[in-house]
Amino acid sequence: MARMMPKKDAVIIGLGWTGAILAEQLTAAGLNVVAIERGPWRDTATDFNIGYMQDELRYAVRKDLFLHAATEAMTMRNNPGQTALPMRDYGSFLPGHGVGGAGVHWNGKTWRFQDTDFEIHSHLRHRYGARKLRGLQLQDWGVTWKEIEHCFDAFEYVAGISGKAGNINGVIQEGGNPFESPRSREFPNPPLKTGYPPMLFEQVTREMGYHPFPEPSANCSRPYVNPLGVAMGECTYCGFCERFGCANYSKASAQTTILPVLMARPNFEARTECEVLKVNLSEDGKMARSVTYIDAKGTECEQPGDMVLICAYGLMNVRMMLLSGIGTQYDPLTGKGTVGRNYCYQTSCGARIMLEGKRLNPFIASGAMGRTIHDFQGDVFDHSHLDFVGGAGISCDSTNGRPILYRPLPEGAPRWGAGWKQAAVEGYQNSMGIGSQGSSYPVKENYLDLDPTYTDRHGRPLLRITFEFPDNDIAMSNYMADQLETIAKAFNPKSYAVSRTRKDWNSVPYQSTHNTGGAIMGENPRTSAVNKYLQSWDVPNVFVIGASAFAHNAGMNPTGTVGALAYWAAEAITTKYIKRPGALVHA
Amino acid sequence: MRALLVAALLFAATPALAQADGAAVADGRYQAVLGDCAGCHGDDLSGGIALETPFGRLVTPNITPDRDTGIGSYSAADFRDAMKTGIVQGKALYPAMPYTAYARMPDKDVDALFAYLKTVKPVRHAVKVNQLRFPYRWRFLMRIWNLIFFHPKAPDPASHSAAWIRGEYLVNGPGHCGTCHTPKNMFGADIKPILGGALLQGWFAPDLTGDAQTGLGGWLAADIVTYLGTGRSAHSIASGPMTEVITNSTAQMRPGDLGAIAAYLKDLPPAPGNTHASLRDVERMKRGSSLYQINCSACHGLDAKGQGPLVPPLTGNAVVNQADASTLVRLVLAGSQGAGTKAAPTRPAMPSLAWRLDDRQVADILTYVRANWGNQGTPVAQDFVGGIRAGLQDGQSASK
Repeated sequence: MARMMPKKDAVIIGLGWTGAILAEQLTAAGLNVVAIERGPWRDTATDFNIGYMQDELRYAVRKDLFLHAATEAMTMRNNPGQTALPMRDYGSFLPGHGVGGAGVHWNGKTWRFQDTDFEIHSHLRHRYGARKLRGLQLQDWGVTWKEIEHCFDAFEYVAGISGKAGNINGVIQEGGNPFESPRSREFPNPPLKTGYPPMLFEQVTREMGYHPFPEPSANCSRPYVNPLGVAMGECTYCGFCERFGCANYSKASAQTTILPVLMARPNFEARTECEVLKVNLSEDGKMARSVTYIDAKGTECEQPGDMVLICAYGLMNVRMMLLSGIGTQYDPLTGKGTVGRNYCYQTSCGARIMLEGKRLNPFIASGAMGRTIHDFQGDVFDHSHLDFVGGAGISCDSTNGRPILYRPLPEGAPRWGAGWKQAAVEGYQNSMGIGSQGSSYPVKENYLDLDPTYTDRHGRPLLRITFEFPDNDIAMSNYMADQLETIAKAFNPKSYAVSRTRKDWNSVPYQSTHNTGGAIMGENPRTSAVNKYLQSWDVPNVFVIGASAFAHNAGMNPTGTVGALAYWAAEAITTKYIKRPGALVHA
Repeated sequence: MRALLVAALLFAATPALAQADGAAVADGRYQAVLGDCAGCHGDDLSGGIALETPFGRLVTPNITPDRDTGIGSYSAADFRDAMKTGIVQGKALYPAMPYTAYARMPDKDVDALFAYLKTVKPVRHAVKVNQLRFPYRWRFLMRIWNLIFFHPKAPDPASHSAAWIRGEYLVNGPGHCGTCHTPKNMFGADIKPILGGALLQGWFAPDLTGDAQTGLGGWLAADIVTYLGTGRSAHSIASGPMTEVITNSTAQMRPGDLGAIAAYLKDLPPAPGNTHASLRDVERMKRGSSLYQINCSACHGLDAKGQGPLVPPLTGNAVVNQADASTLVRLVLAGSQGAGTKAAPTRPAMPSLAWRLDDRQVADILTYVRANWGNQGTPVAQDFVGGIRAGLQDGQSASK
């Protein structure tokens, strides 16, 4: 028998970005909230010590802060005809683990998806006709830019984002991104300083007629106190962001922006090292009663609550729904069912440019201090005569010049010996990368479900990912690779090399942790798992919050949009749901 | 759900106040804030916290209204005696209980405090208070001590502002600031300079007088109010035992009372003998400068100006300049976390650097810091660092 815990108003599964945001908003509204987190408690003072945080072997190579496959693995295959096999080690993407989740070790690029993303199907069909979208399962998100803009603003101010506005209420701003959708005000902090490679990129792309601008960054450009009263420090450009916790209180995470206030609230409790096994439903399956979890001592506990908020990593949100029987499994053959639908990834390519006689000093770095152009983002450019839809941000970053993993070599350089050493020295100071981070659009064959064979340590089926880069996205990415090549040539480099996206997605080399979809939001319960407020269509006291709700993935990092969706859902709960519990949208 | 919201609103009031029956209790609760009862007796006031004194260990008693293990059997008169004379039910208290300061409190306030204590949740928690060494464990000795050292008196109020009078009362009365900040003689009694800074339990409680280097001479009254109200000011971030004083006591004081404390402290003349010229050993300064750049400057800055609300400056920060560098050494070796208050919830932390710096390196860094950017602190010796490191290690193994 599970140990029964006292009932709470809301039970939150996972204490990362979304869990912390929801917990903060709900406790501020007076609710009693418990967050149940599988991983350990983590805090800047004790876990991201300035004296040892910059340990590349421990954190970047051995991935100390990440989820390990022994705790939860996933299986993968490229198409339904294959048998999926489990990933023995996470490679292609690296989910987070512990308090703060992946928000602890992200780079900090904080984008807003564009207004056209939220109404992507309507927009593209209107502009190009339905034929253009054939083969794609694009659909509107159910929420509009106008409705959600203030939630992006809320997230950016809590996270202390550094950047330059490009469009304030429709007025284009000098120095910002002219293609961004209108924002209501300037960023809370000015852009970071940047490194030499992004400066060169800015110069070259501007001369080409493009519109470079500073990336919006969660690495704080100056000392900042957010609206909750929590203080952040100025980024020191140490270059240990991605895969590391920030020792300087500079990178926004739940720890550096929300937890100090949240943990002091008497109506909040965090239980760490407690793994939720499933959400328990009422007999008719229409209400969540409680969650069952295993605590740090191995005791099975049951935590009842009036609401359950599933706030884990996007892929795990989907698995939790499937394990709990919330909603119906999506079937790629019939298109029926919604949970697992529209799984998307990210379609990226890059170019490496080798210059001569430079001192690029790549160790002066930060997670998001680069320069980007959005001239090829989303539907900013005309796709009428192109064989694809979608787009990409093209960026030059100085994110790390770390000693172990950053070893760029010129094409054809010797792989060992004195020649290799010479090339390594030359490459370190003369090589720079530019990258295209492209959209990933849904097709009916890409989806998530439970694996029929492999189980986790508790005997529960693993999540199975079925994914292949769609033809549309390959065409998009090739187009972007052509742009990268043109830009690379404009540097007048000694040499350059372009790497293109290829079919046969491989889960081993690192590509991107931007997994989206599977529990998507939308207007129609036949094609979406949650409604526009991220509330389950099937079990209305369950909300599922995270990138799992994205109906497609844009050519941008997801965290800004994840943060906005979290504030959006929190607002719906605190202003609508607690006054009248039940379905917020009647379809 | 609506019922839940109502319950949540009720929850916002503290349980003790929810049962309150009158202004006396509310006033008594504020007296408990002023006197920082929770600082020694714990959040639930059930005691059990060990105080390491030069005379051995004292463990704080249970002051909840539990009949057998707390003060449930006290009458109001008993309580008044304890607070103001140090004698309760015929038994002499030790002055670690600052009755020497509480004696200044009017009976009305002591009675209100007692009324409040009667309303807190009784906790059954028996405490063996007296764990002092021979002969100090003989309580009757305290009667002699009282005869010699215990002469509470208020200063002449003439020629002082109302704020100064209130501030002097709060600092030397219920606030009992001198318990930590005033130096003591071999019998544990206050000596001059009052509030001139003192070593206690391994922390050096800084000089609070008007000395420009070691005291509050460089602080505005508003800085003192901000510091006490939030745990930080432009000059410093609270560390060590002061973080608890902030959260349990000063951050909950009324703004007027903080202003009064500031008015009084700003009027204290510099304590003599606290400032010493730094001796600049060129080699040590070089080593210290290089070590500072590698280990400290990322946060504190090459100019030592710190980072706003997160990292204290090392220039104009009195903790840096104290005659006794114990606190500084502790901060470097063991780290420290700031107080969390409503106005400043972040609780930024200085990490422990004991594992990465040896005694000489710590001494060199601190010698450099104490003699740079206008600071005027004496050099820190390697042995001094070693002694504190050993003490911290003993403390760790003792607590295991």
